Amino acid sequence: MSNQSNVGREGQEGVRPGRGATTGVHVGASSSNAETAVRVRDPWAPRGQGNGRGPRAIASSAGAATASYYGLPVLNEPVWSARDIAGYLFLGGLAGASAAVGAGAHVTGRRALARGAKLGAAGAVGLSLAALVHDLGRPTRFLNMLRVLKVTSPMNIGSWLLAGFAPAAMASAASEVTGLAPTGGAIATAAAAVLGPGVSAYTAALIANTAVPSWHGGHRTMPYVFVASGASAAAGWGLLTAPPTECEPVRRLALVAGPAEIALTKLMEREMGMAAEPYHQGRAGIYMKLAVGLTALGSLTSSLARRDRRAGIAAGAALLLGSAFERFGVFRAGVQSARDPVYTIAPQRARRAEVTARG
Amino acid sequence: MSTDTTPGQILDPVADRRLRTGPLSNGQDAAEARGYVDPPPRVGFFTDTSVCIGCKACEVACKEWNRVPEDGLVFTGMSYDNTQGLGADTWRHVAFIEQRKPLARQVTGAVARTGLESHDEGDASGAVGFRWLMASDVCKHCTEAACLDVCPTGAIFRTEFGTVVVQEDICNGCGYCVPACPYGVIDKREDDGRVWKCTLCYDRLKVGQEPACAKACPTDSIQFGVLDELRERADQRLAVLHSAGVSDARLYGRDPDDGVGGDGAFFLLLDEPEVYGLPPDPVVGTRELPALWARVGLAAAALSATVAAVFVARRS
Repeated sequence: MSNQSNVGREGQEGVRPGRGATTGVHVGASSSNAETAVRVRDPWAPRGQGNGRGPRAIASSAGAATASYYGLPVLNEPVWSARDIAGYLFLGGLAGASAAVGAGAHVTGRRALARGAKLGAAGAVGLSLAALVHDLGRPTRFLNMLRVLKVTSPMNIGSWLLAGFAPAAMASAASEVTGLAPTGGAIATAAAAVLGPGVSAYTAALIANTAVPSWHGGHRTMPYVFVASGASAAAGWGLLTAPPTECEPVRRLALVAGPAEIALTKLMEREMGMAAEPYHQGRAGIYMKLAVGLTALGSLTSSLARRDRRAGIAAGAALLLGSAFERFGVFRAGVQSARDPVYTIAPQRARRAEVTARG
Repeated sequence: MSTDTTPGQILDPVADRRLRTGPLSNGQDAAEARGYVDPPPRVGFFTDTSVCIGCKACEVACKEWNRVPEDGLVFTGMSYDNTQGLGADTWRHVAFIEQRKPLARQVTGAVARTGLESHDEGDASGAVGFRWLMASDVCKHCTEAACLDVCPTGAIFRTEFGTVVVQEDICNGCGYCVPACPYGVIDKREDDGRVWKCTLCYDRLKVGQEPACAKACPTDSIQFGVLDELRERADQRLAVLHSAGVSDARLYGRDPDDGVGGDGAFFLLLDEPEVYGLPPDPVVGTRELPALWARVGLAAAALSATVAAVFVARRS
């Protein structure tokens, strides 16, 4: 009978489902069903920034399949905006090192260089404060940063540093521009020069003191990378703003800091092991390449700046951009490393295996 | 001995300040070290995932009690887990995992009765058996809590119960705790600007009630209690499972000597931690911070010296 169904209580008679339930998709990338985890749509995408939080397979460069929970990140991704916080890493480095350059120029009577460096430090720290407050979820509560003094929080210590440094740098610049209170201006210049290097360096502790693999992995070398990058930027700013006759010290600084930044970054990556990979991938990889190229270019060009003002300007711009790309690259690499669970899981497993092996 | 203090009360402003700003005083007697006088015993969760049935009552109870906003009505398609992970609006998360792996002494009569295919026969890779793993994840209330350590405002504090709680009237939304947490627990609520996470139902603890999730758990997979007692109970449960042949069973976050000084909320798992989305061996960043500060100091000094040198050096 044509209208008689062969579907009974036990299912279709004599017909078996064409496919079985897929199981074991998350037990590792080696699983035959691993792709199932990849094709799942990204339910986190509407949360903004296209932060790529959806399930993904783990692409472990270590070769071995690393288990994870559907490829989802172990860590919550940093909520800092790149413009504000990577921007601050750059501007804070520039401000701190510029304050030191400003004091050096002040003492050695290089008036134009001193003026440029002091103004640069004040401007950069002003923008830094604006960026930091802007990035807060509750900007009106920014003063809560100063309700405690807490050495376990680099952000708290940094806030206190900035609370001392910013007024000093601004007073120094104000006195320089107006010519008023020269003694007070000199004291402010000295204070800014003392605190400035700390401002340049502490941001390394700020981001290295997290669980983010490609930030934390740099905890040995990143402070040196950051001061070199800050010095390179300050040298660039000096070359941009001062005439060739006064530029000798910042030319020397460019020749030291630029190569140091490049070399120390390489050293930092070597020490990171697997967590160095994000520094060569995606947008972070592009930024880091640009950082090396521009810093090298600026450092080389600066040697021509002895006679040629235009060479100084070009070198200065390249050094500033190189330093900025360095900071955005580091920031970005950290975000990328937090997204991929393999950078959290694999090094921890390796460490644990090592401890177990040692007994 | 007569004192006017009641358990858990903060004695004086000095102790209060010590509590908020803290020296590096995390430790097993976390609450006492933070300036509490005669604090109640440290409490926590022992989540025995071997009896979790994935009902998500804990997720619901947590949301209802704490009035946690909706966290996205999404269909992941990856498993019965549409919650995915902990965040600002998800303080309990039930993980759901399917594996081709037998449960201990797994016997099914399904093949004989129905003739249907069974995972007992194994798949192409030779894996035999089939199991579901379910686990309710939560803030670990670490003994050495990274979020608490890095919080620049003192908004995150250690309660008298040894738990870790965010004061929402202090938090300014700097977001530092988010990348600091090695477990991916705390997160920022975008429309609110502040960070949120499990409070271990601080309000309920204060009136002698157990947290909402533990109260709602129908199988006692989530057990609330005094941490020392929970650790004992967990050891016993582990021994029972091992003797029953569940050799995969292990405790996670129980060891006070681990990288975070032990978790206030710890687990019995049936597979590697990363299978559940947990980090295998997290270490609180604060332990390396003294050395990091030393390097920051050296780097700053190097910068000062270099700048001085370029000004002092004679013209070549």
